[in-house]
Amino acid sequence: MSRVLSYEEKDTWIHRLSGVTKLIFFLLWSITSMISYDTRVLLVMLVLSLVIFAMSKTKWKQVGTVFKFIMLFLCINLIAIFFFSPGQGTKIYGTETPLWHLFGRYTVTKEQLFYEFNVMVKYLTVIPAVFMFIVTTNPSEFAASMNKVGIHYNIGYAMAIALRYIPDVQDDFAKIKHAQEARGIEMSKKAPFASRIRSMASIIFPLVFSSMDRIDVVSNAMELRGFGKHKKRTWYSERPFKRNDYLTLVVVVLFTAAAFVITFWDGSRFYNPFL
Amino acid sequence: MKSKFGIKEVVAIGIGTALFVALTEVQIPLGFIPNTALQPRAALMAFLAAVFGPVVGGIVGLLGHALGDALFYGSIWWSWVFPEMVAGAAIGIFAKKFAIKEGGFGAKEIVLFNIVQIIANAVAWIAVAPILDIVIYAEPAGKVFAQGAWAFLGNIIIIGILGTLIAVGYSKIGGKSSSLSKED
Repeated sequence: MSRVLSYEEKDTWIHRLSGVTKLIFFLLWSITSMISYDTRVLLVMLVLSLVIFAMSKTKWKQVGTVFKFIMLFLCINLIAIFFFSPGQGTKIYGTETPLWHLFGRYTVTKEQLFYEFNVMVKYLTVIPAVFMFIVTTNPSEFAASMNKVGIHYNIGYAMAIALRYIPDVQDDFAKIKHAQEARGIEMSKKAPFASRIRSMASIIFPLVFSSMDRIDVVSNAMELRGFGKHKKRTWYSERPFKRNDYLTLVVVVLFTAAAFVITFWDGSRFYNPFL
Repeated sequence: MKSKFGIKEVVAIGIGTALFVALTEVQIPLGFIPNTALQPRAALMAFLAAVFGPVVGGIVGLLGHALGDALFYGSIWWSWVFPEMVAGAAIGIFAKKFAIKEGGFGAKEIVLFNIVQIIANAVAWIAVAPILDIVIYAEPAGKVFAQGAWAFLGNIIIIGILGTLIAVGYSKIGGKSSSLSKED
């Protein structure tokens, strides 16, 4: 299970930021890149996110395999868009500049290429932000700081439990899978469809039932220790808001506002170079 | 089951989300349309929603999908995160009727469970997801409705088979003092 991204302890200014600062940055960042189809805004965001990514001193081997996987998905998605709707670019930008004709209704136009380029950049701007958020945020500190900004600690705690138990559940999954394979269950692509579903069930059943037991055990333990008795609780890995947190937040909010103004200046979320 | 948000719900959300994320990797590809596959995690979410109710189902869908996407794919496809929450919450509304923990998940409940999950998935994947895709990402309508329809099909199949089986199995174990039965 090495493909999954995970937190890694390092000492950069990004690591020292509070988890909530990074969450707000991440949410505003992805909302902006979702809404905006303004190529100029997207390209600036792409450059900035690469700079931030470099500053977080994340190593290629931490994210490389996941990145290659995303690229594969991105390519499939771009091809699918063209396959389903080769005229989407023309529909959006209002002009048609054919480059070359393939077959039937499939003609490559400048507009379509530009539209798909935008889709690609939209994807690419979010990826470094997600990587940065996950590899630089300590899960327990994140739960603590969620509570600090007023989110009820039940939610923070549920989040902390989720992050805490993902590796455990993955371990359980691998163990059960190996045990079932040792008993002769075929999990590879060689097995026919129906029997693959059946063998999947033979892993998921024990996994779900043992997890239901685990829910009982953990919640009993928490109940015994009086979880939820008080309105407030203290946190071991709490990190107070510092000057850099406020600075980051101000910059992020200003940037988001500016991006929205630029995007919607001419009344449309698309930047149109064809007019 | 208590209606208020207690310790058990907190832990169920936590561990349920962890399970959902861990199962993100476990997929059976469905065809040539990108990003759609038979997802056992959907069956898991339907089961959790049916046991613990709409709040747990909805939050497990939301957190699980967002976290799973982020951890495994490095990007979050928000227009598919929210439908997951819608589906989880919708199935969870009928949790009391299913009575899985009390051991009452019989033929009538199985039928109800499957009707509810088909409607919930239809709303989530044929309506909410493609509309969000078009509104947020301005993707071509033909493509997103095709993707949505595949996701709908995949989810109702996997929840109908795997989800129902898990619920029946758990109801049998949870409801009786002994899960042993005489073999003939």
